Amino acid sequence: MQRLTALYQTTLGKKAVVAVTGLILYGFVVGHMLGNLKVFTGNDAAGEPHIDIYAHFLRTMGEPMVPYSFLLWVARIILIAALVLHVYTVVLLSRRNHAARHENYADPRYSQASAPARWMMVSGVLLLAFIVFHLLQFTFGKIGGAPFVEGAVYANLYHAFHQWFFVGLYVIAMAALALHVNHGVWSLFQTLGLDNPDRNRIFRLLATLSSVGLFVGFASVPLLFFLGLMPSPPTGEAVHLTEGVM
Amino acid sequence: MDFNAKIPDGPIEDKWTGHLESIRLVGPRNRPKYKIIVVGSGLSGGATAASLAAMGYKVNCFCFQDSPRRAHSIAAQGGINAAKNYRNDGDSVFRLFMDTQKGGDYRAREANVYRLAQCSTGIIDQAVAQGVPFAREYGGMLANRSFGGVLVQRTFYCRGETGQQLLLGANSSLAEQIRNGGVKMHTRSEMMDLVVVDGRTRGIVYRDLVTGEVRSESADAVVLATGGYCNVYFLSTNAKGCNVTAIWRAYKRGAAMANPNFVQIHPTCIPASGDHQAKLTLMSESLRNDGRIWVPKNQDDQRKPSDIPEEDRYYYLEERYPRFGNLVPRDVAARNAKDVCDSGMGVGSTGYGVYLDFCDAIHEQGEKAVNAKYANLFEMYERITSDDPRHTPMRIYPAPHYTMGGLWVDYNLMTTIPGLFAVGEANFSDHGANRLGASSLMQCLADGYFVLPATIGDYLSRHPSAEISADDQHFKAVEHEVRDRLLKLMSIKGNRSASSLHRQLGKLMIDHCGISRNQQGLEEALRKIPQMKEEFGSQLSVPGSDDQVNQALEHAGRLSDFYDFAELMCRDALHRDESCGCHFREEHQTAEGEALRNDEKFANVSAWQYRGEDNEAELYQESLEFEAAPLAQRNYKT
Amino acid sequence: MKLHLRIWRQKDGSSPGQFGEYDLDGVRDEMSFLEMLDVLNEQLIDGGEEPVAFDSDCREGVCGMCSLVINGKAHGPLAGTTTCQLYMRHFNEGDVVTIEPWRSSAFPVLRDLIVDRSAFDRIMQAGGYVTLHSGPKPEPNSIPIEPEVAEQALDAATCIGCGACVAACPNGSAMLYTAAKVSHLGLLPQGQPERYGRVKKMVDQMDQEGFGACRNYAECEAQCPKEISINFISQMNRDYLKATLSEPVDRRSKMSSQ
Repeated sequence: MQRLTALYQTTLGKKAVVAVTGLILYGFVVGHMLGNLKVFTGNDAAGEPHIDIYAHFLRTMGEPMVPYSFLLWVARIILIAALVLHVYTVVLLSRRNHAARHENYADPRYSQASAPARWMMVSGVLLLAFIVFHLLQFTFGKIGGAPFVEGAVYANLYHAFHQWFFVGLYVIAMAALALHVNHGVWSLFQTLGLDNPDRNRIFRLLATLSSVGLFVGFASVPLLFFLGLMPSPPTGEAVHLTEGVM
Repeated sequence: MDFNAKIPDGPIEDKWTGHLESIRLVGPRNRPKYKIIVVGSGLSGGATAASLAAMGYKVNCFCFQDSPRRAHSIAAQGGINAAKNYRNDGDSVFRLFMDTQKGGDYRAREANVYRLAQCSTGIIDQAVAQGVPFAREYGGMLANRSFGGVLVQRTFYCRGETGQQLLLGANSSLAEQIRNGGVKMHTRSEMMDLVVVDGRTRGIVYRDLVTGEVRSESADAVVLATGGYCNVYFLSTNAKGCNVTAIWRAYKRGAAMANPNFVQIHPTCIPASGDHQAKLTLMSESLRNDGRIWVPKNQDDQRKPSDIPEEDRYYYLEERYPRFGNLVPRDVAARNAKDVCDSGMGVGSTGYGVYLDFCDAIHEQGEKAVNAKYANLFEMYERITSDDPRHTPMRIYPAPHYTMGGLWVDYNLMTTIPGLFAVGEANFSDHGANRLGASSLMQCLADGYFVLPATIGDYLSRHPSAEISADDQHFKAVEHEVRDRLLKLMSIKGNRSASSLHRQLGKLMIDHCGISRNQQGLEEALRKIPQMKEEFGSQLSVPGSDDQVNQALEHAGRLSDFYDFAELMCRDALHRDESCGCHFREEHQTAEGEALRNDEKFANVSAWQYRGEDNEAELYQESLEFEAAPLAQRNYKT
Repeated sequence: MKLHLRIWRQKDGSSPGQFGEYDLDGVRDEMSFLEMLDVLNEQLIDGGEEPVAFDSDCREGVCGMCSLVINGKAHGPLAGTTTCQLYMRHFNEGDVVTIEPWRSSAFPVLRDLIVDRSAFDRIMQAGGYVTLHSGPKPEPNSIPIEPEVAEQALDAATCIGCGACVAACPNGSAMLYTAAKVSHLGLLPQGQPERYGRVKKMVDQMDQEGFGACRNYAECEAQCPKEISINFISQMNRDYLKATLSEPVDRRSKMSSQ
């Protein structure tokens, strides 16, 4: 622990923290996206949407060894901590960078810095705002005109994504995510010192595929709902589910 | 005046070891009491400062650049010689000594040259231990390449940047000592004068190039590692900042200047392209390993070089010197290039250029192999000329490159002022009238790592450390002189830049005291230099003030010393009425146009002693003994 | 060729600076960029005006003294080229050329285009060496080094310390410089005993100098006149993390049983 705090005192240490927390958040979005794809797999024999069952599973997993929702809360705590640390550290680093280069060139030009790399802060701030919005909408059910039913994930999505502004907002947010991941996923391996010429292609391919895959995977949900290509939710859904997917 | 070189007795191979065992030492507890100033942070200065500090001396090191790593040693490309005999091709310390002595046309001190050869192997060991990434063979052993003037492969190299890597090695040791507090580094600080108190060197006066302040630093001994003075020609391969001021100021305080006319003109440089030219760029001599030098036989051959058939090409070095071919020593290669160009066979827009052609090498070894050796040089050439040497032969022409002359030093590297030492290119010691390729790095590091750290102890042990304050009146008086000189330059208020005046002096010097010299030309130069100096004194423009960064003032100060120095160079060249090595007096040549020495009269070192502003310098001679390597006519033909 | 030059003029570190505008005629293709500035300066001096102060020394692309941000790029538009090796044939008649100093808080401007890069030297002094004296050393061939490794070390050691990486980095980071210096010795057997201590000391010094944090833009690599690879940054990150997290700091204390 002493070593970790010592590491965090240094710029490289802070960067490593951003990289590791970034990796955690990346793992989460990939899992989240895969979970989301359950909306396309239909309903089970009892007529309950797979996505709703999956959301329920997230709470019951690990039972009976651990109590209901325990692992979900563990995950949530880790994710919140990672997010807070990620954002806070980036703020510290950005302040350092502004101090290090307080005066810019009359006409700065880039040779190879990619747009996603240069737009990291913009995409990051967008994502942060989006996360707040997204939680309010689908976890706490505070936003959105249609009636929000906890646990009725499919129905909630169905209602929300028939409104064009929600769809637009989600697609824009996912574009920001794609940009962020495009640079971030390669960058974290570089920062952790794992990149080298032998592996560089793999890491860059992973970053590109992740960014495309996450965008397609995530954005397809609102888009397909909006385009009316998804069946309407079954009526009389099970009511034992209490919350949406985080 | 003492011109005893203090060469130790005994057979040549035992002189240095015997000397090391018999000279006086300073004990480790006393070393921190001694303050030593090292001026210059290149290979010799950096190595000296680092080694002295590692021994425990308190060192102040000065350089005019913004970092010790910028010293011009960094630009050495080709390599460093050492008698390791890794190739088992007959190399030995004695053979390196012989090659150096012969290459120098027997105008160097035997004992020094032998010591240099002895130290050479230790330099490689030291550099490798510092982490210098020398080229390696597949098995991991150190690789070697050939260099001009020798028949063995003894040159160690790091691509085309051996100088930079060796300097980074020396600088890393210097950095270690700065960290440990043994060395205080003064960057952007230019030595302006030497302070001699009661016949002993006691410090320097320097100018802080950022604030313009003139300050002093006192010491028990001063080591000048300030490099050469090729910029007297304005156009040379030296860095823009290289200058003669430090050693010239030492000369004016009583240090003798030896063989100032001995200047090496490097055969393979990129020819000048116009009046705007600020400096000339060297292409490593290693290129002569694989490149073939030629000119079109037909003076007005307008064809592209690659279209000129073999029978219309004049491979003049290969024809004139069948045994060494393109690898003749530098002076011979330079003179022959001038010779063919003077006779109208030169190429390029000015007619002063010859081809260095890699077609055959690429044909024989493949482009990849040739690239592996020279890619960075090819790129550098292409960047400057926009020609790719892989398809169009390089155009090259000789340019002033290295000065064998410098402050006279004895075997201990001490000048004629007690307590003032000179190392590296700043002294005259080891290369005679011509330096072999890859030997300058060797000499700088031998002086810096091994010779001076040992010999300076002998002087210091005889002079117990006695603190002298930099506020002492002697220092204040010299500071006053320095400020006066600067104010004088600022007050001329003419309308010509130092650059344009410098260019004029350089042209005169290259024409009359360059690749070849004659009495008439030298006399003319001696007539014109004072006139030019007068023009300088009335036409110079130095805008700005002296209490800030003022590069025009820096240049003007350096140039003013070049005028006086140029005069001494020409006088020395005029006096040396023979041809030897780089010094080619047209009056003295063999029927084949080779340099003709006069060993009876000139087998000696000319050492000039300053005798005041109104008197001519006085000439002393140190006669040279040739026991181990008997005098012989240089012959690179058969 | 005629050019319009916009050059940063600043009297000293404590005065504010601004652009000076100059028209320069008679620029020739074969001139280097610095020779072009020499010509301008000669004209200024002849007219009694203060010349533009800029650093340069070897003018062969190896001493690292020359700098200049030319039209927004460190060492100008050409990749792998120092300003002194940049030739005017890469510019066109009538071009407006903007010339600025390296901009970084760790490199304060001393005058016009000259900046103070001593922070780099202090990074080297923090640990960029193998501790040794100049006494006899082991025979170098007793430690064979794979040519690939020696070449890679040389790829790092080829850094000329010019500071273009810092100038090019929108975050003012000195990672490429420090990484090149750390990796040079870190790759060679001679550098092993001090490897982890060295990376720690040099990186910490880099932090102290106030350089920014790397965001992996790789602008440094693109504008480095020696085209040094960001691979070395990754290597340094690895060594640094290892040095901080897992290298033993206390090998020799007593241990207790339980």
